[in-house]
Amino acid sequence: MAGPTRGFLGRHRSPDDVRLPPGQYDVGDGWPVLTAEATPRLVPERWTMTVDGLVGTPMTWTWAEMHALPQSTYQGDIHCVTTWSKLGTNFTGVSVDVLLEATQPLGTATHVLATSTTGYTTNLPIEDVQDGKAWIVWEHEGKPLTPEHGGPVRLLVPHLYFWKSAKWVTQLTFLDHDQRGFWEQNGYHDRGDPWKEQRYQGD
Amino acid sequence: MIEPTVWRTATVGSVAHPSPRLAILRLELADRPVHVPGQHYVVRLTAEDGYTASRSYSVASAPSDPLIELAVERLEEGEVSGYLAEVVEPGDELEVRGPIGGWFIWDATTPAVGVGGGTGVVPFVSMLRHATEIGRTDLLRLAVSARTTVDLPYADELVEAGALVAITRQPTPPPNRPTGRLTAADLVPLLTPGATYFVCGSAAFAEAATQLLIGVGVDAPAIKVERFGPSG
Repeated sequence: MAGPTRGFLGRHRSPDDVRLPPGQYDVGDGWPVLTAEATPRLVPERWTMTVDGLVGTPMTWTWAEMHALPQSTYQGDIHCVTTWSKLGTNFTGVSVDVLLEATQPLGTATHVLATSTTGYTTNLPIEDVQDGKAWIVWEHEGKPLTPEHGGPVRLLVPHLYFWKSAKWVTQLTFLDHDQRGFWEQNGYHDRGDPWKEQRYQGD
Repeated sequence: MIEPTVWRTATVGSVAHPSPRLAILRLELADRPVHVPGQHYVVRLTAEDGYTASRSYSVASAPSDPLIELAVERLEEGEVSGYLAEVVEPGDELEVRGPIGGWFIWDATTPAVGVGGGTGVVPFVSMLRHATEIGRTDLLRLAVSARTTVDLPYADELVEAGALVAITRQPTPPPNRPTGRLTAADLVPLLTPGATYFVCGSAAFAEAATQLLIGVGVDAPAIKVERFGPSG
């Protein structure tokens, strides 16, 4: 439809809206839960994080070993494809760069497939998890991440729509091709850049 | 046939308000792909200054229905639901795309159990209508819940189809069950070998219902969940 919708005014637009990608709204202090599966109850002591595939040294870290790595915090915004954004929040864990430094992805690696304990998967170009763009996190605003938000531990890739930030992540597999994950096989975009509004395949 | 993700213009055929918080929109959309029960459409509204807001709504109609039926719950300060519930009139044009979704879907060829809360029953209404039409209601079992019968879209249709209806706040609920939330005892009789379990509702409802199902022995991978965020 070329023109505006009859009689639609929309919510009040404020100067803060420059932080909102197109089609998103500010959810404020809330944090909606959107998951396609039953929430698993993970015991941290039994959880492990594996980096494998096209890497020089495949490695697996336990909960304790992950916590012994240098930690860092992401401070900023997150954007969900269902149109909410949460502004000015923070998460703490380990930068994916730390895991890549230890495992050394090969020159042939172009993409990553993240896998959760539930079997959920999501695909990412390697550039989107390097150079300070992605974390494995277990804390949100100073508190342990709750199970419905992916606790005890999830992937965080805040510059992409939030389905890329796989809850209950347990594995990053480096590949020489793009392999579609759960939502991507079901019609969602392979990259999911909120600023380009890449919600569905073809956007 | 046009791709589901292309934005198109639908014409509003009718708007009904079965309760103060609910609007049932029936949309005409030519040359659309036939949906599978459980799929949704995205509705996008555009203001004069180009500002847009879009939300997803599950389809309630059967695939064979010539129109697309969407049930919209009017949320507090909901900028899209408020517009759809109060401003939209028959003849209006709305920008939509769909049908979307390849996960929370059921084509009435395998056993399914649906557990829905409030407007979370909408995809199950599409499933029920489709199953009724092709004579396979034996494959579908439903348990639904709402605070009151007024908060339960399609209450009469669901009761008539034999759905278990749990009403949590109303002193005089329908006669087939006392007032109260869904319990494990409600779900046990619905368990079906080989079934897919569909759970749809608010985040809190979906969490409670999935834990109930797991508690009565359903394997987590057999459960598909659609949670509503507080998107307006």
